[in-house]
Amino acid sequence: MTSGSSPLAMAVAGEAPEVSISRDLVKRGLIATPVLVLISAVAAGADGAWSAAFAVALILLNFSMAAWLISVTARISLGLMMGAILFGYILRLALITLAVLLVKDMSWVSIPVLGVTIIVTHLGLLFWEMKYVAASLAFPGLKPDVAEWRASRAPENH
Amino acid sequence: MEAISMLVSAAAEKDPNTTGSGLTALGAGLAYGFAAIGPALGIGNLVGKSVEAMARQPEAAGMVRTTMFLGIAFTEALALIGFVVFILLKFA
Repeated sequence: MTSGSSPLAMAVAGEAPEVSISRDLVKRGLIATPVLVLISAVAAGADGAWSAAFAVALILLNFSMAAWLISVTARISLGLMMGAILFGYILRLALITLAVLLVKDMSWVSIPVLGVTIIVTHLGLLFWEMKYVAASLAFPGLKPDVAEWRASRAPENH
Repeated sequence: MEAISMLVSAAAEKDPNTTGSGLTALGAGLAYGFAAIGPALGIGNLVGKSVEAMARQPEAAGMVRTTMFLGIAFTEALALIGFVVFILLKFA
């Protein structure tokens, strides 16, 4: 951490926990995609499957973009990070709206499936991720893999 | 510009001459608008407090950023629910 003249001019150095969390969210999203697509295919046929895949892609892109914005701007200053998060919220919401408006009339889109999958994926992935987040001073991002952590500490004990 | 014209045409797409479609459009717009205001206030408050915490206690910045990111994502879910209500009312 480096300090400037004002707290808002401070920059946060070091690794970005939100990037590792968003990568983990994307990984889990890709694991959950076949299940969501299958359920949607059963409920609404091929249109439902395509719509569910599109919704999952939108949500994963949204998470990645949010994490990227925070990590890039936090290295510059806290003030910029604050602005980027607030304007990023509007920007990401506008991009999701635009993406849905662009595809809404296409033959493969089922609007109810698209809408439900957006909510289910967003909330489902977040609740799933909560199980793997440590958020402690020692491990600010994800919980460490116990075997890896023990292996990394082993030389210190000898 | 094309995107803006798409948004405008999407808003006026349903038959504007019936009271029912007008009320549906009004409801959809209000649902999306009000659903976006709450999370905006929430995210503003959340980020402001997080920046304050990082400035006061730089050694806890990693932990604060983690909870901030998750908080933003959970708060944003409310806006997404509003958005989904909007598309269901307008296009389904």
